[in-house]
Amino acid sequence: MFAYVIRRALYAIPILIGVNLITFALFFVVNTPDDMARMHLGMKRVTADAIEKWKAERGYDRPLLYNRQADGAERVTATIFFDKSVRLFAFEFGSSDAGRDIGQDISQRMWPSLAIALPTFLIGLLVYISFAMLLAFFRGTYLDISGVALCVILMSISGLFYIIAGQYVFSKLLHLVPVSGYEPGWLAWRFVLLPVAIGVFAGIGSSSRWYRTIFLEEINRDYVRTARAKGLPEGRLLFRHVLKNAMVPILTGVVVVLPTLFMGSLIMESFFAIPGLGSYTIEAIQKQDFAIVRAMVFLGSALYILGLLLTDLSYTLVDPRIRLS
Amino acid sequence: MIQPVILWTDALVFVLLAVVFSFALYARNKEHLRAPWREVVRSRMAVASLVVLTVYTITGLLDSVHFRKALPMHEGQQEVQYSGDVLSLLDELLGDMRTQVEKTYSSPFAMHLYTRESVIGDDGEQYRTFPRLEYGGAHLANREERSADIALRTGQALFQAVAVMLVLSVLLAAWLAKRWKLSLAAALRRILRGESDMPWRTAIAAIFIFAFIVTLTASLANVYHVFGTDKVGKDVLYQTIKSIRTGLVIGTLTTLVMLPFAVFLGMMAGYFRGWVDDVIQYLYTTLNSIPGVLLIAATVLMMQVYMDNHPELFETMAERADLRLLFLCLILGITSWTGLCRLLRGETLKLRELDYVQAADAFGVPKSTILVRHLLPNLLHLVLIAVVIDFSGLVLAEAVLSYVGVGVDPTTMSWGNMINRARLEMAREPMVWWSLLAAFSFMFTLVLAANLFSDVVRDAFDPRLRAQR
Repeated sequence: MFAYVIRRALYAIPILIGVNLITFALFFVVNTPDDMARMHLGMKRVTADAIEKWKAERGYDRPLLYNRQADGAERVTATIFFDKSVRLFAFEFGSSDAGRDIGQDISQRMWPSLAIALPTFLIGLLVYISFAMLLAFFRGTYLDISGVALCVILMSISGLFYIIAGQYVFSKLLHLVPVSGYEPGWLAWRFVLLPVAIGVFAGIGSSSRWYRTIFLEEINRDYVRTARAKGLPEGRLLFRHVLKNAMVPILTGVVVVLPTLFMGSLIMESFFAIPGLGSYTIEAIQKQDFAIVRAMVFLGSALYILGLLLTDLSYTLVDPRIRLS
Repeated sequence: MIQPVILWTDALVFVLLAVVFSFALYARNKEHLRAPWREVVRSRMAVASLVVLTVYTITGLLDSVHFRKALPMHEGQQEVQYSGDVLSLLDELLGDMRTQVEKTYSSPFAMHLYTRESVIGDDGEQYRTFPRLEYGGAHLANREERSADIALRTGQALFQAVAVMLVLSVLLAAWLAKRWKLSLAAALRRILRGESDMPWRTAIAAIFIFAFIVTLTASLANVYHVFGTDKVGKDVLYQTIKSIRTGLVIGTLTTLVMLPFAVFLGMMAGYFRGWVDDVIQYLYTTLNSIPGVLLIAATVLMMQVYMDNHPELFETMAERADLRLLFLCLILGITSWTGLCRLLRGETLKLRELDYVQAADAFGVPKSTILVRHLLPNLLHLVLIAVVIDFSGLVLAEAVLSYVGVGVDPTTMSWGNMINRARLEMAREPMVWWSLLAAFSFMFTLVLAANLFSDVVRDAFDPRLRAQR
């Protein structure tokens, strides 16, 4: 098993390199640093000097891949590719186009993101599974049919609507929680409550419906029929046997998002003005700060690949067939 | 005098339409292809949602025929000059809604502006009041007449819709009577009792509801602002209707763009295995591991820089916005093809071991023929299901992307842009809610219909589900 894990971990390296190359091509080959400088300095009346200065300040004035003027190892290291892309592998994000240290920003902003994303994830999982269990228990009845219909309706509503409506009803009409903002420490709960509730509610439709099909698939299996034939009560059957077995596909399916929880949610954080990584990314996109976007693309991909790795691990833990092969 | 304008997305929309039509012609005489579709249209849910989707599609298609009108000729002018505004057939049909621009916000069916303004009265004194709208309810003398007018117009619209429905159902009954070899009255009875194979009754009911909505808007929208006006006084209903095309284009063209990649690569990986499989798997795992929104954001940012640095490439604003829309579809396609590709790879892996494929291989049938003749037709149902399921997600994604600022061009009318602009209006006191309501309700109707339809399609086409029943 150990060898298997090592093999999967090694497999992640070429993927990370691939991601890095794609981002490099996207950010430096499609548009030259000159184009970016012109964009930042405003389109008209940009002098060549200003462009050179802008590039020099941010380290974009080097050659892309190979530096002919330097000596020895510097020929490869004193390039944009090495400076801006290879360093990402060591999680050295450098400084943003506005001059801030990205690594430090990330380590600070990660916690508010997590404060929203983790409860949303956990409570969501609990709510979706309970709701799906309820529907599966009453399968074929009107409760089930209307529950599924409700799911379809809920998943047809734009996520933006839930946020806007939730903010309006709970913050502006009822004044239960603040509209937006954040406060570090334990006082954050007032600000976290509404985003978490909305995040959980917005996912009910699609997730519950999906889990319901997983439960139904499990309920139709032979061992369940046998257990029922032997006289096991339906409730006990559902909780002891079906739930346990259905948790395998559900949990292995959600493990992949665990590491990406750090990245937060773009929309939620910007609506609720939470100083997390999601709003950091959005601000960077709107300010066209390419360095931050580049760092976030790499970070997000690295976390996702970690998630894939965890998924593989969780499979080996629950399914002995994979471990042995 | 008009000059036709063919935008990139227009051309692709019509290519897509041609593909759908040729497939329908091809499938017409193939029993195994017709059977699932027959099952689809037997479901009442599917028929009702199909009517909704058809109405949206027709609106979108009308909005995809673009042209530029000629400007009035000056004296001594030799060549005809064309206006910079690119209009569509839909604009012509909607009549004055495009040009009836008020000063600023006004609520639905309002006759007065939503904000107070200083007005100089007849007596020369200045006072603050809600000024009358220039177009909304301009045909009425005072506010009391409004409800009677709306009721009257509603009645007229209802009457017209009933007429449309009656004509349609008699025509339908006449056609079916011929097929069933019954009298007209007997056929009509059969439809109304819901005894027909196809749920015609549901179709007629759905068509009636839509006919009513269309006639109602037609009679109200030109004299009132049914969904109010926005900050610069533009009719919100007009914007919502124009947004339909954007939503549909994103929902359909994205899959059209992604399909060739997903099908080709997925089949190659599954059939040839070995290093081909490794390369393709590597490709889609890498693309898949970049978070979708971030990849889209990065690419759109880069494209913006490129477009801003090369303004000479675009003749009109519409062309620029259109190219951006197309590009967004491309990016969305690139980020979303991986799922289908993986699915097709798995299915091909399974299919290639089947006896008939092995036999074809043993007979020396070329590999390309095996792929196209023997494997592709057996994968089409997966492709179809994926296309239908992806559609609603893409329509919703457009709104989110526009909110992030990496969606369609700000000048393109889209639900995402409307929501984005209306977000700040929620904070106003009193609140401006109608733009949001209009955008969300139009989007909801489309997505709900698409979701319901895709459920039925999946049930009908998935052999695994069919075996369970």
